[in-house]
Amino acid sequence: MALITLKNIYKDYYLGDIDVPVLKGISLDIAGGEMVALMGASGSGKSTLMNILGCLDRPTSGEYWLDGEEVSRLSSDRRAMIRNRKIGFVFQNFNLLARTSALDNVAMPLAYTAGQLSNREARQRAETMLTRVGLADRMEHVPAQLSGGQQQRVAIARALINHPPVLFADEPTGNLDSHTSEEVLAMFQELNRTEKITIILVTHDSHVAEHAQRVIHISDGVVVDGVFGPAGGEA
Amino acid sequence: MKLYAVVGNALRTLARNPMRAMLTTLGIVIGVGSVIAMMEIGSGSSEALKKSIANMGANMLMVFPGMTNTGGVSGGMGSAKNLTPDDCAAIIKECPAIRAAAPLVWVRAQAVRGNRNWVPQQIMGTTADYLEVRGNRIEQGVSISQRDILNCNRVCLIGKTVAQNLFDNESPVNQEIRLKSITFRVIGVLAPKGANMVGQDQDDVILAPWTTVKYRISSTTSSASTQGESSKNSTTGSTRGILYHSATPDLYPARSSTQAEDSPISLRLASVNMILASAVSPEAIPAAIDQITILLRERHRLRPDSDDDFIIRDMTEMTNTLSSTTKLMTNLLLCVAMISLMVGGVGIMNIMLVSVTERTREIGLRMAVGARSRDILTQFLVEAIVLCLIGGLIGILLGHGGAMLVAMTLHWPVATSIPAILAAFLVSASVGIIFGYYPAWKASRLDPIEALRYE
Ligand SMILES: Nc1ncnc2c1ncn2[C@@H]1O[C@H](COP(=O)(O)OP(=O)(O)OP(=O)(O)O)[C@@H](O)[C@H]1O
Ligand SMILES: [Mg+2]
Repeated sequence: MALITLKNIYKDYYLGDIDVPVLKGISLDIAGGEMVALMGASGSGKSTLMNILGCLDRPTSGEYWLDGEEVSRLSSDRRAMIRNRKIGFVFQNFNLLARTSALDNVAMPLAYTAGQLSNREARQRAETMLTRVGLADRMEHVPAQLSGGQQQRVAIARALINHPPVLFADEPTGNLDSHTSEEVLAMFQELNRTEKITIILVTHDSHVAEHAQRVIHISDGVVVDGVFGPAGGEA
Repeated sequence: MKLYAVVGNALRTLARNPMRAMLTTLGIVIGVGSVIAMMEIGSGSSEALKKSIANMGANMLMVFPGMTNTGGVSGGMGSAKNLTPDDCAAIIKECPAIRAAAPLVWVRAQAVRGNRNWVPQQIMGTTADYLEVRGNRIEQGVSISQRDILNCNRVCLIGKTVAQNLFDNESPVNQEIRLKSITFRVIGVLAPKGANMVGQDQDDVILAPWTTVKYRISSTTSSASTQGESSKNSTTGSTRGILYHSATPDLYPARSSTQAEDSPISLRLASVNMILASAVSPEAIPAAIDQITILLRERHRLRPDSDDDFIIRDMTEMTNTLSSTTKLMTNLLLCVAMISLMVGGVGIMNIMLVSVTERTREIGLRMAVGARSRDILTQFLVEAIVLCLIGGLIGILLGHGGAMLVAMTLHWPVATSIPAILAAFLVSASVGIIFGYYPAWKASRLDPIEALRYE
């Protein structure tokens, strides 16, 4: 059974009376441990799809199975819980809390985890995470004191703090130069390889897409290529 | 999310912008500060009022004889002569709500010492209990003893005003003064009490054993004063007997003073002008009144359907009148303070709304990593409450400091009021909840995607 299954996902936006269909029947499977790149022209609906995958938005119709659970019709509190425990999110613009140390930024999602860790445990876990992304010596730095690549690594550490099975990244290297992009992508690959974290990233850059095992192409709200995994699904 | 973590978060957020937090909460600071200052000054003056009432006698009850009513002519309060020293003794013995009681008889006379003379406002015969009821102390010398009362000893205690007028700076103790040509030995001087609430000088007083006053002075004049004119009256310089006629015609001819001295009326038959009693506590006053009423009705053998033949007064009426003015003032000021708290609350709401807008992306992010809308609601609500509580705390300190300043510079009485401080805390927390709720609710309703995209 695939980790992620989309069945006939539709998403319409309503601008007043006008109905704007953005996703027009997307179906795909992503197995656990895959690293997938999502490509498509601007406005093709990649971010819209990512928001649905990340449980931030609901599809207008269709089914979304994540880890054996149909999540598109869950209550908002349940979906918040799923975002907290099962999903990591990395943004193009990092979205770190300003004037807050790297450590506190990384530990922030733990505040919303049921059965909370003690302050000390949370801190320890955040330290481990930051060490993993190579920022052991930058823990007390605030975002303004970090380079773009470092900020994105803090964001990755934050996304992984609850050991989610899947990581979504919407243009994670969009704001980075080619060198730091390479660093961040290498980190994704490493996480994917050693921890079997499923990674789905959106990109415009075919160099970036090359780091993935599979590339899904979207055009105008439908998948045009890459519905099936390279090995017909490893799971 | 655990509460202490939320509070810690809120504090950290506020600390990031301390100047703004200060300005935001300024309204609360001023509101709470003025409430506290008002309350402390207000309760200080009512405290002072209570003190001056207590100064007249703590929890004091006055028992007067009833009035005679002969042929439709009322004799006025205290005209009956049915209150006896035995009644007083019984009250002490049988009323558990009574701490002390003293019989009182009074006369008006001129006090003479050498070539000086003075007419004290009060010359009263009583027992040592009087001092207890009135909260008086002996400054110099000793009090009246039981022996003095039994033997009708000619001893007396004098107040500061009398002492000054008759003795200047000499020590009056063991000196002699004359009242109606009877020589009294001064055995003690009362500690000064100053004027009471109605402006009467409480130090212009001579106290003597009631037996002495009754049988040695009063028997000469009280018969005189009840009987109308008497030659004795004019000689003592008192004109009361001439001016005021008694309401009750006496059945028996007057006894001469020698007659009276030779055969004092048995104590049991003596009547007193008033019994002054003190309840064990202010709360016990109603109980004390009931107990005295029952006891005296029984002792006076009154039938159940007949009216009391005595009147009991306490100080509540006077206290109420005087404290209602202070209360009105305090309430008015409290209203003003409440309005300023409202204004402060609106300030909080305004800044919280700005803060929610400013932090839209943070809200979106928190939601994206798993915050439920209620977590966001709590976060902003707690922030508003913490802000208000900090403002409240500063306000309490400032208000208290202001009250102290007033106390020191203007010498107004102030009293620290714990309930006011607690109320101020509660009120600032409520202001935080009321005015912080809407912004927090707005924050919690944000859509995470739009919030994340917000520029
Ligand atoms: N909230 C919205 N309301 C209305 N239309 C929307 C909304 N969000 C997105 N759209 C529309 O949906 C379409 C897809 O948007 P989306 O952000 O998914 O594109 P994208 O593939 O991520 O593009 P880019 O590569 O530029 O990020 C666009 O035409 C956009 O105008
Ligand atoms: Mg996009």
